[in-house]
Amino acid sequence: MDRLIYADNAATTQLYPQVLEKMMPYLTEQYGNPSSLYSFGQNARQAVDEARDMVASYLNCRSDEVFFTSGGSEADNWAIRMTAETMAKKGKKHIVSTVFEHHAVLHTLNALKKQGYEITLLPVYENGLVRVEDVKNAIRPDTALVTIMFANNEIGTIQPIPEIGAVCREKGVLFHTDAVQAVGHVPVDFSGMNIDMLSLSAHKFHGPKGIGALLIRRGIRFASLIEGGAQEKGRRAGTENTASIVGLAHALKITCDNIENTAPSLISKRERLISGLLSSVERCRLNGDPIKRLPGNVNISFEGVEGESLLLLLDFQGVCASSGSACTSGSLDPSHVLLSIGLPHAIAHGSLRLTISNETTDEEVDILLEVIPPIIKRLREISPVWEKIIKGEKYE
Amino acid sequence: MAQYYSEMVMEHFTNPRNVGEIEDADGIGEIGNAKCGDIMKMYIKVKDERISDVKFKTFGCGSAIATSSIATEMIMGKTIKEALKLSNKAVVEALGGLPQNKIHCSVLAEQSIKAAIADYYRRQGVDPTPIVGKLADPHEEACKLE
Repeated sequence: MDRLIYADNAATTQLYPQVLEKMMPYLTEQYGNPSSLYSFGQNARQAVDEARDMVASYLNCRSDEVFFTSGGSEADNWAIRMTAETMAKKGKKHIVSTVFEHHAVLHTLNALKKQGYEITLLPVYENGLVRVEDVKNAIRPDTALVTIMFANNEIGTIQPIPEIGAVCREKGVLFHTDAVQAVGHVPVDFSGMNIDMLSLSAHKFHGPKGIGALLIRRGIRFASLIEGGAQEKGRRAGTENTASIVGLAHALKITCDNIENTAPSLISKRERLISGLLSSVERCRLNGDPIKRLPGNVNISFEGVEGESLLLLLDFQGVCASSGSACTSGSLDPSHVLLSIGLPHAIAHGSLRLTISNETTDEEVDILLEVIPPIIKRLREISPVWEKIIKGEKYE
Repeated sequence: MAQYYSEMVMEHFTNPRNVGEIEDADGIGEIGNAKCGDIMKMYIKVKDERISDVKFKTFGCGSAIATSSIATEMIMGKTIKEALKLSNKAVVEALGGLPQNKIHCSVLAEQSIKAAIADYYRRQGVDPTPIVGKLADPHEEACKLE
């Protein structure tokens, strides 16, 4: 099959050719080190500074609040570990987060827990949304940090970030948000949304891999995670990845400039996929809030089938998608996100995530709607679980 | 094109042999549970101590479907004694290998055949334990570890 329908944009996105074009000079002739005094180095310095200004203008923060990192995971680790370290000195060792964060956050919190920090993980209910009231009630006098993702990577639900930020401000607690899935997809306003720290990653919005940023509100004391140089105002050592930093900024510019224009058509494709699948396949459900979700995210669970075999059969059809099944994660437990919204294990194993982008065409949506139902039917025909479901027997 | 599974696994996953149910089966074995993400159900017909027919249904990943498919091929027409000797290792070899984290699928295949044979003996009024041995459920164990 020569066809390729890429419906896994939450995993990574295609690097826009226009972005690569902006990066190319810094991968070839302009190889100077931005820290070098001579003008050949200062050319690179200028490119990095301009990129920083662009990020600041598109996300509404100050340029000196932008710190480039190797990606979203580093930004999450840095924000949480350094805040924890600083606040512990003030006797604050309690962190509030949610059960369905990305593992970059959850595993970091687990590590801190072993070091004596206390972690409160808030529930996200059936719709996959955090309740502001829960955040308010969880904050204590010794709370060091609240870290809640902007949009979920699996079910695409968008959290009430400005409201959570306001609660944190009112209580005097620092607020970090992992906005890796949100930046470039929905409007993100660092200053206007009461955010203190924000993680982002370029390859999720058509930029290059291996580059991201942590935005840190001015005035927050912050130690560095990586020592060894004066780059990023001495807070993140390592020679700047000039080409990728330039790529990040230009990808951000293109996607943010387009959000307003392209969101309606993307949402209508998403809705067509959701309603098409829900109406043509029996016993399936949409995971996550139907409205407060990312414009390109579809996450549906099909009873009686297992996700990995579904993905393999889709691959034969040239379709790239993702699943929360255990078999695709290398463990025996299905996705913690699907379990967090109350899905039984057996149903979580049968989930399919399609994440489309502006590059996804109407024809591709038609093909997806055409190929998925027969695959579900085929897998159900050989499934002993489906046999039990149609006979009305218990299967879990 | 690069692929996660061996060609043989993909062949059996795409064209599984002996899929279905046997209505008047002489023995039925079911191993695994939906919670862990894998269930295999084996149906056997026995004639003169030989597996005269075998069918399966599987809920699970690509390797779960492939291991059950090839295991049915490997015991079709064999005596019960021979079928009981089918090891998970032989299943893995026949498939040209499995990724390390999928080896448990081959154990499920071996165990579901043993479970079907045990059921056959039970129906004959024979205690299967001395013949088949104790049936472990690798998935139950693995799930408990989580």
